Amino acid sequence: MSMLLDVKGVTKRYGGLTANADITFDVNQGEILGIIGPNGAGKSTLFDLITGFQPLDAGRVFFDGHEITGMRPDRIASRGVARTFQKLKPFPDLTVTENVIVGALVRTGDMKQARDHALEALAFTDLLEKRNHFARELSTGQRKRLELARGLAMKPRMILMDEVTGGVDQRTIPGLVDLVLELKRQGVTIVTIEHNMQVMMRISDRILALYAGRRIAFGKPEDVRQDPAVVDAYLGTTTHAA
Amino acid sequence: MASDRARMLEAARSERLWPRPPLWAIGLGIAGAAFLLAYPFLFKTPFSHHLMILILLYALMAQSWNVVAGLSGQISLGHAIFFGIGAYSSTVLFIKFGITPWIGLLVGMAISALAAIAIGVPTLRLRGHYFAIATLLIGSSVQIIVQRWDWVGAASGLYIPINRTSPWYYLQFHTSKVPYYYLALGAAALAYLVVWRIQRSRFGFRLQALRDEPDAAASLGIAVARHKVMAFMISAAMMSVAGTFYGQYVLVLDPERLLSADISIFVLLMTVLGGSGTLFGPALGAAILIPLSEYSRIWFGGTGRTIDLIIYGLLILAVCIWRPSGILSLFEERIRRRGGRTS
Amino acid sequence: MSRDLIIQAIVSGILMGLIYALVAVGLSLIFGLMEIVNFAHGEFLMLAMFAAFWFWALAGLDPLLSLPFVAAILALAGVVVHFGIIRPLLKAPMLAQVCGTFGLAVALRAMAQFLWTPDFRTITNPWIAGRVQIGGIFIGQPQLMAGAICLLSFVALWLFVTRTETGLGLQATAQDRQAAAVMGIPTERMFALGWAIGLGCVGVAGTLLSTFFYIFPDVGVNFALLAFVTVALGGFGSILGSLVAGLLIGLVESLGGLLLDPSYKTVIVFGLYLAVVIVRPNGLFGRF
Repeated sequence: MSMLLDVKGVTKRYGGLTANADITFDVNQGEILGIIGPNGAGKSTLFDLITGFQPLDAGRVFFDGHEITGMRPDRIASRGVARTFQKLKPFPDLTVTENVIVGALVRTGDMKQARDHALEALAFTDLLEKRNHFARELSTGQRKRLELARGLAMKPRMILMDEVTGGVDQRTIPGLVDLVLELKRQGVTIVTIEHNMQVMMRISDRILALYAGRRIAFGKPEDVRQDPAVVDAYLGTTTHAA
Repeated sequence: MASDRARMLEAARSERLWPRPPLWAIGLGIAGAAFLLAYPFLFKTPFSHHLMILILLYALMAQSWNVVAGLSGQISLGHAIFFGIGAYSSTVLFIKFGITPWIGLLVGMAISALAAIAIGVPTLRLRGHYFAIATLLIGSSVQIIVQRWDWVGAASGLYIPINRTSPWYYLQFHTSKVPYYYLALGAAALAYLVVWRIQRSRFGFRLQALRDEPDAAASLGIAVARHKVMAFMISAAMMSVAGTFYGQYVLVLDPERLLSADISIFVLLMTVLGGSGTLFGPALGAAILIPLSEYSRIWFGGTGRTIDLIIYGLLILAVCIWRPSGILSLFEERIRRRGGRTS
Repeated sequence: MSRDLIIQAIVSGILMGLIYALVAVGLSLIFGLMEIVNFAHGEFLMLAMFAAFWFWALAGLDPLLSLPFVAAILALAGVVVHFGIIRPLLKAPMLAQVCGTFGLAVALRAMAQFLWTPDFRTITNPWIAGRVQIGGIFIGQPQLMAGAICLLSFVALWLFVTRTETGLGLQATAQDRQAAAVMGIPTERMFALGWAIGLGCVGVAGTLLSTFFYIFPDVGVNFALLAFVTVALGGFGSILGSLVAGLLIGLVESLGGLLLDPSYKTVIVFGLYLAVVIVRPNGLFGRF
């Protein structure tokens, strides 16, 4: 397997607080990397650093062999890196289809083609019924799928998902998980931040565990789960996979 | 389930790309266009021509503000600057160098676009409020500077020498306002066509995206800063066209009027009232407010301008409190909800 | 350029700066609390000046006597504006928020012009009048009194915000309104209080200005522009910031007018604004 994302020694400080300290990991093409850690461990900051939304204080990031450290977020996105946000950001005054068309426009300038790609993404995330509704009218679960659809319409090589199962109805989680697995089948590399341990253990090929801004474990799920540092950090919160 | 989805997808793909307004709206549009084309022959008085010329001019200016504020969300409170640049560029070129106002028009657009870059690059990355304040300050500063700059006439302004030969070359028509009318109509129509195309283009979609959620837009490959500046440039160029035209229409350039906050206020109000971000909102706003303004001046004389402003101010306030998206937003939204349905 | 002229400019710059600071602190407080820029701030200053004028012209009250009344009227106006106008605007998109208070400004200015004509007015024989001479420098007594009262107001405001429970409630709401609400601090009331204090300060500043400045409908426009720059420089939400920035702006304006062309004051101030917001977007002191 070839390495798609290579993160070396990434550090971010805010005054006296170190949000990310010297974090190193990599993601192989076609795999699912799960990132776990308690609140405040620095997971979303890591996403911001990788995708160019915040400047790094130290470290380097490589995507597909090219260095993307410090690049503007739109340049990184054009290279095939999609991301969702923990705090959802749909375009409220655009319809669902129009929202997703914005994503599709990364790959094509032809509006008809963009519309068709958007519809495919909407079909994939099961949002076709709502395609002419305005984004502000959607429920939280639907908005999560909209963000996903928008990113997918970019036809990305890699997608960074921030808490995809967060704050949604329990019943919709299996559907979301199926989506993620189907994405993997289609060859998209996925990095996902998750709180839901069961989901995490089930779908991830490898796991990166963060605590207080540091990497405390990185490897296969079974190994990470038994890692003493992880057990220590998560005492009482790990659950056995069903 | 999967086959349902497949069928829905096929149905969706075969739909029209752009939603179509209801038949009655299209009919109204055609009637409106016919009315505008025939107007000077339906109404013959110079005043009625003057009124409509002003409406068309402001419809153009309001649309310009719509591009930068309605489509891309950058609130400019000093838009009169570009109006002034347009008027002064063509006038100075004509008075000092004898260059025809047609060329002056293009030069004005170019200078306005450059000014937009000069102003926009440092200020557009500021948060919305800071940018609005910056435009307020620049608007005020430019007026002060022009009023003290002798080369462009300082506070007394400039007078375009009257030339009755070759009206189309000198862009002055003295026997009738009708040519002015069709020029204004042409300019406005062109501007609206441009915005119509923008709304259906990748550029237009990207502007609306960055207006609503700049971070999400960036994550979708949109170069936010660059797009904001481009929208500002387009807006400035449009405003400049109106300025050049106005200069040739009144033949007198008075910095007190041309660069005044009133103009900035008017275009803002018209667009907000009619519907910011919609295609015809600015025109509707102009069509409502210009007659109001002209007639209040007739009825109330000198204090007309003051009463105007009281009404406008309260109107903006009322619209912002009760219906911030303006009159036409409801209508255009309903059209978009229909999607591409062929029924 | 004599040394005396420069010192004169510095002194009058500081005194005017204190007024700019008091005008700006209201703006700063309101933005710190609810992220709304009050584009009508200058017009409220103008209304305060007119209120002081009419108290004097119609009731014979010297501005120093009518000061508490004008401040109270403006504070009340602040509460009314909050509940009547700002509360609905808070739910609207930013375009509506900016245009809303902007529209209010336009309406107030035009109303003043309609009711009271564009004529310039002055209060011709205030209690505190005349000039004081120190060395080669002349300082107007009204300006001196104004500066002193402004400073006192700042001290009072500072003490209120940092030492009283209500004041701390304001700070809390400004920093994180949801957290503050969860702790029992009523957000709506804090907002209204913010407006009351903000416009109350404007009331004080306006009354003081009326003792030595021309009073006319458009007088608020320039003060508003200066207030925006002051707040941007001092940092939205910072009382100390407004004070320091106000003094700086007063000095820059005064010395700039002396050394360069006085009619380009706005341009100079604009340059300063641009420099500040680009180099240091949070201003000198950021939040409270």
